[in-house]
Amino acid sequence: MKYLTEFRNGEIAQRMAREIAQIATRPWKIMEVCGGQTHSIIRNGIDQMLPTGIEMVHGPGCPVCVTPLELIDKALAIAAQPGVIFCSFGDMLRVPGTDADLFQVKGAGGDVRIVYSPLDAVELAAKNPGKQVVFFGVGFETTAPANAMSVHLAKRRGLKNFSLLVSHVLVPPAIEAIMSAPENQVQGFLAAGHVCSVMGYWEYPPLAEKFQIPIVVTGFEPLDLLDGIRRAVIQLESGRHDVENAYERVVTFEGNRSAQKLLSEVFEVTDRAWRGIGVIPRSGWRLNADYRDFDAEERFQISGIHTEESPLCHSGDVLRGVIKPAECPAFGKECTPRHPLGATMVSSEGACAAYFNYGRFISAEELAGVGKNS
Amino acid sequence: MTEEAKKAAPDFSNWSCPLPLADYPTIVMGHGGGGKLGNELVEHLFLPAFRNPELENLGDAAVFDLGSGKLAMSTDSFVVQPLFFPGGSIGELAVNGTVNDLAVSGAEPKFLSASFILEEGFPLAQLAAVVNAMAEAAAIAGVRIVTGDTKVVERGHGDGCYINTAGVGVLRPGVNVGPHRAQPGDAVLVSGTVGDHGMAIMSVREGLEFESAIQSDCAALNGLIADVLAAAGDAVHAMRDPTRGGLASTLNEIASSSGVGVEIDETRLPVRPEVQSACELLGLDPVYVANEGKVVFFVGPEAADRVLAVLHAHPLGQDAARIGQVTAEHPRMLVARTAMGANRVIPTQIGEQLPRIC
Repeated sequence: MKYLTEFRNGEIAQRMAREIAQIATRPWKIMEVCGGQTHSIIRNGIDQMLPTGIEMVHGPGCPVCVTPLELIDKALAIAAQPGVIFCSFGDMLRVPGTDADLFQVKGAGGDVRIVYSPLDAVELAAKNPGKQVVFFGVGFETTAPANAMSVHLAKRRGLKNFSLLVSHVLVPPAIEAIMSAPENQVQGFLAAGHVCSVMGYWEYPPLAEKFQIPIVVTGFEPLDLLDGIRRAVIQLESGRHDVENAYERVVTFEGNRSAQKLLSEVFEVTDRAWRGIGVIPRSGWRLNADYRDFDAEERFQISGIHTEESPLCHSGDVLRGVIKPAECPAFGKECTPRHPLGATMVSSEGACAAYFNYGRFISAEELAGVGKNS
Repeated sequence: MTEEAKKAAPDFSNWSCPLPLADYPTIVMGHGGGGKLGNELVEHLFLPAFRNPELENLGDAAVFDLGSGKLAMSTDSFVVQPLFFPGGSIGELAVNGTVNDLAVSGAEPKFLSASFILEEGFPLAQLAAVVNAMAEAAAIAGVRIVTGDTKVVERGHGDGCYINTAGVGVLRPGVNVGPHRAQPGDAVLVSGTVGDHGMAIMSVREGLEFESAIQSDCAALNGLIADVLAAAGDAVHAMRDPTRGGLASTLNEIASSSGVGVEIDETRLPVRPEVQSACELLGLDPVYVANEGKVVFFVGPEAADRVLAVLHAHPLGQDAARIGQVTAEHPRMLVARTAMGANRVIPTQIGEQLPRIC
């Protein structure tokens, strides 16, 4: 399989890990922004290969985790309405709102469908003129172009029965928010390769300069990740704070210009609530005035939503690297992947779920030091 | 960013969210996904209600003695969509599924029942195609379909055609297999590539078209299992066909039942390149994807090479591989050695495996 197996070579990975160990003279905390990178780090055990002191902090880049509870509740309310076909990517179905999740709405008779592209939802709208078809458009810059294309096409085809429930979030304002938090411990970032394939990385040099942090655009395969970490550590050791591209086979400085053009045609920047973090200014996209007619929130006018979160969860501290998942009092007790209390315990991309799966058979001391190569 | 906004530092302290309601008050699709939700239905509802020694083993088939030798009995229902897919149909599945459940229990499958729940309006030509596929599969497996039933439900109350089969087999003498019998030191073998059936089904579902058609591996395994038992006898400690929930669920189940740890080496796992590609595309893991013509063996280490040779000599075992071993470490857990040389735990999934957003 081209472009995959070459980047999963175990021997080269071990060599790169040794190189990182030789370069590093003191501890560094590096955050990988994207949940896809967290998933790959844990799945492949990259964290176990790194030398003592090089610690990966798992960032808030899991779209499932950051979608606000209020919007999940709105999705559930819309999906439960008769005459609605509610379409979503698969992993949003298990994310619970205050009282239920989309699986339960489906079980109770709601027409909830998993689609693999928002364009499939547009086709459904064309085939079912008597139904309202709603697509749950969540995610970072990565999923935004396809969502933008769906409303663009729906408008061009005059489909009055298609709408988008939008909660798009953006990476650069999240980096800004994390670095501005008083207890921040992150010293360098691996920027999300897929986000940059769309957006390029022209947004990052001002951030690197402002916060004096290296930012390395990084891919998702083991060797990509190790290369990103290696470059970040080299910069940290030499006191540099540049933006580097370690994912050149996919990412250019400018990014995908046609996608960006489409995005600016359909979306406008807005303040956005991140689940558990709160509102980050100018951190998301919503449909602009030209496309407001396709906004499901406008079309369905859901009101009377009262959300309630668990008070026990410390995942905010986990995300900032202030505590390890195992140091949370609820970890492994009230909070498990089966009964998660926080975002980070929910999907396989969440830090707590990953730690739980590793931690069950190693001692508490070892657990506190997961990520170290003994 | 305004000055005011800059001052408003984000509040991470309330980062708490998705609280999947594990205790669903209604049936959800995940209850049929071959994961924890389904297991909990069995543990907390069916088992307490029906409790008896034969059921308590929770094997693929129940084994009991009527005085003239031990018998095995099993049943399974088939609701696959679409009814016809690359490499088979609901007909072959209905026969092979029950045949395989009997075979992995150490029995020689003999007789099957077949019950059909048909939806008003279902084309007779399609029913005939399904029934013919069942007849052919039964002939290949060497079993007879000896009793049956037909019910019709109103249009909209079924999905064309549902089939239930039950089967009875005779336990092979000298065989003592069970999910609780895996022991530290046992070799873990799989009879071929994993994930073929699940990805074949997914490839023909609405909205997904792959360039190369992935074929289902649907097959009757009783012949292959008979060869293995003939060669290795009681060195075979446990066998199971990794259907729903895939290889991961099967290995976790046996690790749990036997109270042992299972280690596999990811680099030794046989996966077809087209299945691997399709999984990458959808964010799925082949170890969780269903198989319908594969069996996992836990055998004493002294018999491992012999069993592997027997598998390679059989048409259904060409891609068989020794993928790992049983250990006394980390009991009831499945741990994979990654290509990077690190370890990862492979848990039982909660419900269905869902394609990731990105």
